[in-house]
Amino acid sequence: MNLNRRNFIKTSTAAAAGTMILPPFLQSYQNIQNSTDVNNYMDHFEVTTELMQKVISEAMSKGGNYADLFFEHKISNSLGLEDGKVNKAYSNVDYGVGIRVLKGDQTGYAYSETIDATSMLNAARMAANIANNPKQFSLNTVNVKAPADYYKISQKWENVSVKDKVPFVQKINDKVFELDKKVIKAKAFLWDETSYVLFYNSEGTLSYDYRPLVSFGAVCTMQRGDQIENTFSGRSYRKGFEWLSNDLVNTLAKDVVDKTNILFDATKPKAGEMPVVLGAGSSGILLHEAIGHTFEADFNRKKTSIFSDKMGKKVAENFINIIDDGTLENNRGAINIDDEGNEVKKTYLVKDGVLNSYIHDRISAQHYNVEPTGSGRRESFRYIPLPRMRSTYMEAGPHTREEIFENVDYGIYVDNFTNGQVKIGAGDFTFFVKSGYLIEKGKLTQPIKDINIIGNGPRALADISMAADDYLADNGLWTCGKDGQSIPVTMGLPTVLIKKLTVGGTNV
Amino acid sequence: MTKEEKYSLAKWAVNHALKNGAQNAKVNIYDSQNSSVKVRAEKIDKLEQSTQSGLSISLYVDKKYSAHSTNRLNNKNELKRFIENAIEGTKFLAEDEFRTLPEPHLYFKGNEKDLSTFDNGFLSLNPQEKVNAVFNIEKEVLGKDDRIISVTASYYDGMSSSVMVTSNGFEGDRANTYYSLNASVSVKGDDARPESYWTESAIFNDQLKKEGIGEIALKRALKKIGQTKIESDKMTMIVENRLASRSLSPLISALNGSAIQQKNSFLVDELGNKIGSDKLTLIDDPFIISGRGSRLFDGEGLALKKRTIFEKGVLKSYYIDTYYGKKLKMDPTSGSTTNLVMTPGKRTMEEMIATLDRGILITGFNGGNTNGTTGDYSYGIDGFLIEKGKIVKPVSEMNITGNMKQLWMNLTEVGNDVYKNSSWRMPSLMFKDIDFSGI
Repeated sequence: MNLNRRNFIKTSTAAAAGTMILPPFLQSYQNIQNSTDVNNYMDHFEVTTELMQKVISEAMSKGGNYADLFFEHKISNSLGLEDGKVNKAYSNVDYGVGIRVLKGDQTGYAYSETIDATSMLNAARMAANIANNPKQFSLNTVNVKAPADYYKISQKWENVSVKDKVPFVQKINDKVFELDKKVIKAKAFLWDETSYVLFYNSEGTLSYDYRPLVSFGAVCTMQRGDQIENTFSGRSYRKGFEWLSNDLVNTLAKDVVDKTNILFDATKPKAGEMPVVLGAGSSGILLHEAIGHTFEADFNRKKTSIFSDKMGKKVAENFINIIDDGTLENNRGAINIDDEGNEVKKTYLVKDGVLNSYIHDRISAQHYNVEPTGSGRRESFRYIPLPRMRSTYMEAGPHTREEIFENVDYGIYVDNFTNGQVKIGAGDFTFFVKSGYLIEKGKLTQPIKDINIIGNGPRALADISMAADDYLADNGLWTCGKDGQSIPVTMGLPTVLIKKLTVGGTNV
Repeated sequence: MTKEEKYSLAKWAVNHALKNGAQNAKVNIYDSQNSSVKVRAEKIDKLEQSTQSGLSISLYVDKKYSAHSTNRLNNKNELKRFIENAIEGTKFLAEDEFRTLPEPHLYFKGNEKDLSTFDNGFLSLNPQEKVNAVFNIEKEVLGKDDRIISVTASYYDGMSSSVMVTSNGFEGDRANTYYSLNASVSVKGDDARPESYWTESAIFNDQLKKEGIGEIALKRALKKIGQTKIESDKMTMIVENRLASRSLSPLISALNGSAIQQKNSFLVDELGNKIGSDKLTLIDDPFIISGRGSRLFDGEGLALKKRTIFEKGVLKSYYIDTYYGKKLKMDPTSGSTTNLVMTPGKRTMEEMIATLDRGILITGFNGGNTNGTTGDYSYGIDGFLIEKGKIVKPVSEMNITGNMKQLWMNLTEVGNDVYKNSSWRMPSLMFKDIDFSGI
């Protein structure tokens, strides 16, 4: 429906639909959390290897050269607070299997929300239609591939009662009001999600994963005189209930109040090109938009990315190393195995300033004849996997934060963002600055807010002239959108200086 | 599921909730079918087909509220436990006196008005015809210019139907179909590889425009070659009709009951005040035959009315649902838009361009946002520089920045070219004194 290749990222300011209650039917299954026995996952989805092999054979029957099955059961819960009370809860259960058939780089896809022989064989027949050269295929190998273990948790969300979650959501609201008399409204939310995944393909690879995800945060609205401002703060990890604590509540409450306070005296800078210092942490949005999407190999194999002919070429200063990594412990962007059954890797996109690797899915890895990077991801069983980012960050550089500021006579410093976007072919990327400061003669002066910054990917990358030794990861609620699919990601950056970007503002 | 089966399941779920501790409940049962075909390099790139169904339930338990959904509908015992556990969990929440079903007298009471939003021919479509239509679009473009890098053509169709039942007397159903054809073309510029796309859509397959889509996408992509940014300046801006809804969207968000009540709107307490120039007249019309947003009742079951949102710049109505209506002590108007129709002007976009001394025609937005509380906005754009009534060159990598209230006061002209491929029917718009940032 939507061909628009606007690839975007945003932080969620409202709790998405999700739930609170242990979906009852789970109780009829075995407790398989962190189970390393794939049989438990097959029992969970009520399938056997024989049945899966039959479905794969059907999927391959028209002459496809690869097929896979992606079973998923996702339970989401959310609790919301508004006007002082935890007074709403949402939950969602999503269950089904996606069946994919490849013929070269062509894809046939169908899914079923009912996991039984008839429904799966029907879906397999639909997906098979991508090929039209019928031939027999039979599969009887099973190679169990144990996933990595990047997100150990101790208290799984399915076992936590609404009663035990409510107090944390209430406390963050109360703390926000306690911190500043200017607070007139607050919202708070806790969103948890648990996914069970089972994977099997025509090469016999059988794998599985258990994916917890939690997001917690608050929106604070403050009034000073006639002026009203609001901001959001939140954190997200693949962690269990043990992650919630009073310290976390206090940190988030203080963060959201501080961030809102900055806005009252903030103005718009003057419009035009100027040096931009990106603060350590969430400024990693630069990498996500300016570089990350354009390095996704589907755009490059189709030659629509501005980076299509730059592999092995120098694209940045020597001290720049940019990584996309799915292996960070408990990270929102981590995955134990990708959604195509591939091992997940730490991938150097730019090494010592040279374009080193694209971000690959199975189709593109085959196209370029390279090892998959473990970046094939999908929003759910309803979607085909695509090359996607996980956690995208730049390693610390050789400079200090002080040296960077000394180099700026007039420019801006930014460190709080809400969303970004990129046009893959033109290479133009943007990110929206919620707040920052003017830099005048090396010093932070006037606060600024609500401005868009726009630049061009290859030029911006080449224009990163300094990077500090203060690398910081950002664990906000970043959600990346591409081709209508949303997936959780993270980012990180040391403080860097970009020689010039176009900053939104006023013309005197 | 047939409509009758959906009603039967919905009523069963409402009753099961009432029997197990809920005082009120609302249930939706929905299903949909979709298919898509994507063509690239003279091959089918992707073929997708799906059917899905689900149940969602809103529960009102001892003055407490929660909502839940599941796509596991096959096992009644499991659904029973799903509802029972949801009710038990709801009891741990805080009371919320404002959370109720709508007053029954506000509900839509079935009449025979047919808004013509469903194509009965949907299920009998020949799959090969869909594929042929996509290949035809690709053919319009392939080989037409040496600078073409990649052409993607695609077809998408969908059918959805749902029923809704509430415990205080609402029953209603609706069904929609949708078809679209798209082309996306990338071309080689100097460094950049500009791309553009074009889409046609329809509710009825025989009304779907099937020719010219590829040609338009190619023409638009080629025009972008050589995009550069220009000096920052205050200039007039013309927004192409199909993007005009992007400019309007922050204004509509600010009218939402939740934003008003939470003080997260720059239009709090502005009812009856002049927000935009005289050129801004906007009607919410749910009853346009085959309109993309046409419906007889909203998500709560409230009967819809045709109403004026802005009249010559004066704000006439907010979007208030039952919950925020109670919190704000205002009557509910329905919390969401249907078809939004901006009253068109007299001239075409080309005529507006022809009389403009200097300005920018916007044909693409790139990121950006609006601060809903203050109305401050800043968006990335691309388009064309206009000088002395003529398009002189493509521009990109620029921002527009300002405040939404000022923007709509600066609306100087509205075109006569209403874009009908959307539920928001907008003509091209001209605004004066916009802050552009470039070099």
